Amino acid sequence: MARIAGVNIPTHKRVPIALTYITGIGPATAKEICEGVEIDLTRRVNELSDAEVLKVREFIDANCLVEGDLRRETQMNIKRLMDLGCYRGLRHRRNLPVRGQRTHTNARTRKGPARAIAGKKK
Amino acid sequence: MSRSVWKGPFVDAYVLKKAEAARESGRKEVIKIWSRRSTILPQFVGLTFGVYNGRKHITVNVSEDMIGQKFGEYSPTRTYHGHAADKKAKRK
Repeated sequence: MARIAGVNIPTHKRVPIALTYITGIGPATAKEICEGVEIDLTRRVNELSDAEVLKVREFIDANCLVEGDLRRETQMNIKRLMDLGCYRGLRHRRNLPVRGQRTHTNARTRKGPARAIAGKKK
Repeated sequence: MSRSVWKGPFVDAYVLKKAEAARESGRKEVIKIWSRRSTILPQFVGLTFGVYNGRKHITVNVSEDMIGQKFGEYSPTRTYHGHAADKKAKRK
């Protein structure tokens, strides 16, 4: 069990894959980290020594915005838009797509599950 | 695609002129503009603009965060108050 960046506990997988379980670390960043602390990309998390795990942890602390901090920053950015009263902020407030997509159909990711409209059909 | 940097930010000339005049006179009054396409420049901070939305001028207090965006973003052009409950639905 390796705990890296707070609560994440990826184990039997290869190191670059396991690291992507951390919010804010994707395949590219994970590879960068492995190269930064000189861990072979084919090695697995349970093969790492404590010292290596520590090195990974320190590397992430120093170079990456991750987990809670990342989420907070994203939230702050959205909140800033909403407080500004600009168009993008309004779209966030209404939970509608922000970047000019159509809303006549689709846009279900933002709008959530379809709600039945009373009295439609005949 | 975003605008080339060498062109500089786009602002309609009359907006600049009006803003300049307002800053010199120092009076706090709404500067009516129709140019929704103009970029908000750093020297506009603290001024109050009335941005036309096709019907009326929406008052916008320019703050520091707004720099780089367009005036139009602060003056919504559409009115939508949600759908009214359908009368047909009640009958059925």
